[in-house]
Amino acid sequence: MSDYNFAYLDEQTKRMIRRAILKGLAIPGYQVPFASREMPMPYGWGTGGVQVSAAVLTPEDTFKVIDQGADDTTNAVSIRRFFEKTADVAVTEATAEASVIQTRHRIPEQDLRADQILVYQVPIPEPLRFLEPSEVETRKMHALEEYGLMHVKLYEDISQHGAIATSYAYPVKVEGRYVMDPSPIPKFDNPKLNMAGIQLFGAGREQRIYAVPPYTDVVSLDFEDYPFEASKADHACDLCGATDSYLDELIVDDSGKRMFMCSDTDYCCSRRKAGHIGAQGVPYAEDAA
Amino acid sequence: MQAAILEGGFVEAPIDSARAFRQIMTAMAQPGTINEVTGALPPAPLSIAAGVVLLTMCDPETPVFLTPKFDTDEVRAWITFHTGAPFTAANNAAFAVGAWGDLPLNEFSIGSSEYPDRSATLIVETDHLSVTGATLRGPGIKDTATLSLPDAQAFQNNALLFPLGLDFIFTCQSDLAALPRTTKVS
Repeated sequence: MSDYNFAYLDEQTKRMIRRAILKGLAIPGYQVPFASREMPMPYGWGTGGVQVSAAVLTPEDTFKVIDQGADDTTNAVSIRRFFEKTADVAVTEATAEASVIQTRHRIPEQDLRADQILVYQVPIPEPLRFLEPSEVETRKMHALEEYGLMHVKLYEDISQHGAIATSYAYPVKVEGRYVMDPSPIPKFDNPKLNMAGIQLFGAGREQRIYAVPPYTDVVSLDFEDYPFEASKADHACDLCGATDSYLDELIVDDSGKRMFMCSDTDYCCSRRKAGHIGAQGVPYAEDAA
Repeated sequence: MQAAILEGGFVEAPIDSARAFRQIMTAMAQPGTINEVTGALPPAPLSIAAGVVLLTMCDPETPVFLTPKFDTDEVRAWITFHTGAPFTAANNAAFAVGAWGDLPLNEFSIGSSEYPDRSATLIVETDHLSVTGATLRGPGIKDTATLSLPDAQAFQNNALLFPLGLDFIFTCQSDLAALPRTTKVS
């Protein structure tokens, strides 16, 4: 154990965050204001998610952090180490073994269970912010359930591009009431917002916490003649051959050769361990990872 | 008497409150489930679960309302010593403790349309808590769940106020369950 208080934050701060989480769960999709603290990392690096994780972690938890699906990026590694050091929790890269998963911009491919908690890092929690810059106005719009502007935005997408061009941070309506920003997850992940696990969203700079309880009705906004479509690159993973996972596209040499691979590294890795091989893949070897 | 007030708090507050909050949060996220909490030994008539909720959620920023049965010198002194929460009338309370029939439901804050989170959370002390009784539907519940509730009409009326409304935590000895405003009771 370290000289820090358990999970870094002081007890009064955690109580304040915990109260916001409870109200967030009671009012799904509503952004609860909270007094965000300065964390030992800059805004934009997941300070909201870190504060929410600090408030929910217990010593018995196994913690996983992903950044765009990957466990081994700088952001994910540093947050994982932060809680290893300050909360002494076990950590894992395996989705199934984690009890708390902090994520930046992805939902794991593997379905979450009822005893798992997904904590999102949120940059801009207000889905109406780019349409209406005033907080006073957007708060009033949520209060009055006045979401016409969001449909106008999606309609303008169709009139300009022939389809709804919004591909990430795709707005959803939660339990038939609040329009919510699911954080910048690809719209491929939107159907997974209806899940068995508890979803908590933390926006540090913007000082908002919101939540989606298990099995809550989450509907991606669309039109009857232009229904929502969870899209992904029309390709299979070149490493593991998966056709059902969200893919990253990488340019791998100077001549512009491309490669598609699962954005969820744990999903890809466990498939390769199970013997699946993609078009450019090689059989899984322990030291090759 | 004086020494008893100092007893019964969390032994290791950061760890005990983290474990307790997980149970409280799970209860609120999954209405109809009963979770066990430990760590507090509050003076009677407060139950262990109600004591744990107070220790975990309350501090000088959260005014607490006690119904007359719970408004004893000893309970007040225990809450003051362990949480620092001020006592208040029902209309100003963030948290309230009482038996079902004694809580003045119409007096608590249900929040405003712009800030529905500024509403009271009621800790309802019950003699009996089980997963049989009224049928629950809504967020956090896969299909339906059941929970022993002291009333049905009051919770139906509360759900109609959504997104405003009150949230409830039912406590019985060391068990607790929760009913947010989104749950539809039938």
